[in-house]
Amino acid sequence: MKETISHIFLFIGLLFDLLGCIGLVRFPDVYLRLMAATKSVTLGTGLILLSVVIAGSAPVAAKAVLVLLFISVTSPTAAHALARASSVSDIKMWEGTVCDKFTEDRKRKTNEKT
Amino acid sequence: MRRLILGCMAFIMWLMLTWPFNSSVGYQGIFIGIIASCFVAIFFGDYIPGISEKFLEPQRWLWAIYYIFVFLWYCFLGNLDVAYRVLHPDMPIKPGIVKVRTKLNNLIGLTILANSITLTPGTTTIEATDDGYLYVHWINVKTQDEQEATEIIVKKFEEILERIFE
Repeated sequence: MKETISHIFLFIGLLFDLLGCIGLVRFPDVYLRLMAATKSVTLGTGLILLSVVIAGSAPVAAKAVLVLLFISVTSPTAAHALARASSVSDIKMWEGTVCDKFTEDRKRKTNEKT
Repeated sequence: MRRLILGCMAFIMWLMLTWPFNSSVGYQGIFIGIIASCFVAIFFGDYIPGISEKFLEPQRWLWAIYYIFVFLWYCFLGNLDVAYRVLHPDMPIKPGIVKVRTKLNNLIGLTILANSITLTPGTTTIEATDDGYLYVHWINVKTQDEQEATEIIVKKFEEILERIFE
């Protein structure tokens, strides 16, 4: 019973990881790719670690929980840093982009300063 | 007080990392853990922001547990939404960066809010300014208006985080 539940979580986690990788290939620009690479993959990895928690013994489960905690803190922070850096260094967004308030505000501020 | 809390957290983390207390680790491991967490608490207690006496109020912890479930639910919904957009042959995406406003002042609360927005698929926080604005990259821009975007993206997390951290 325990093993079946853990296998189900493992399978769903792998499915989300696969979706993240497909998104990484299919999406058109940096920001969208970053989104696919961090989010779906974080949830997928979280589900895989959850299956480890269910199947493994108590010490293993404790370490898996710690890993889960650290991944859920570091992965969005890294995504945030990369997205901000690519926006500040003027990497172009996809041509179908609707609006870009951040670049507008940033350019306005630098104009006011000079 | 904050040093005590920090020391306890460091010690619990040490215990989780060295859990199987067999002959190779034993009581020496726990002893070293106590020394190391005391060291961390005494020397680095002032550098960790946001730890205060509010930490000991139990209702904040209950709200935090509730927040985890709310967050997981939205994370799951968002993942299904992104999965639909990834797998659809025409890729129905409409990306853009919008500006939203947040009322949170607490640094840790703001960090958790930004990280939650980033981890919910469909939205990525790009920048948080000092005067309480967040710039959010959104895969499907429903509205460019600041108020409405705040309603959709930030409100669901902000109300609970206010109860936890303010």
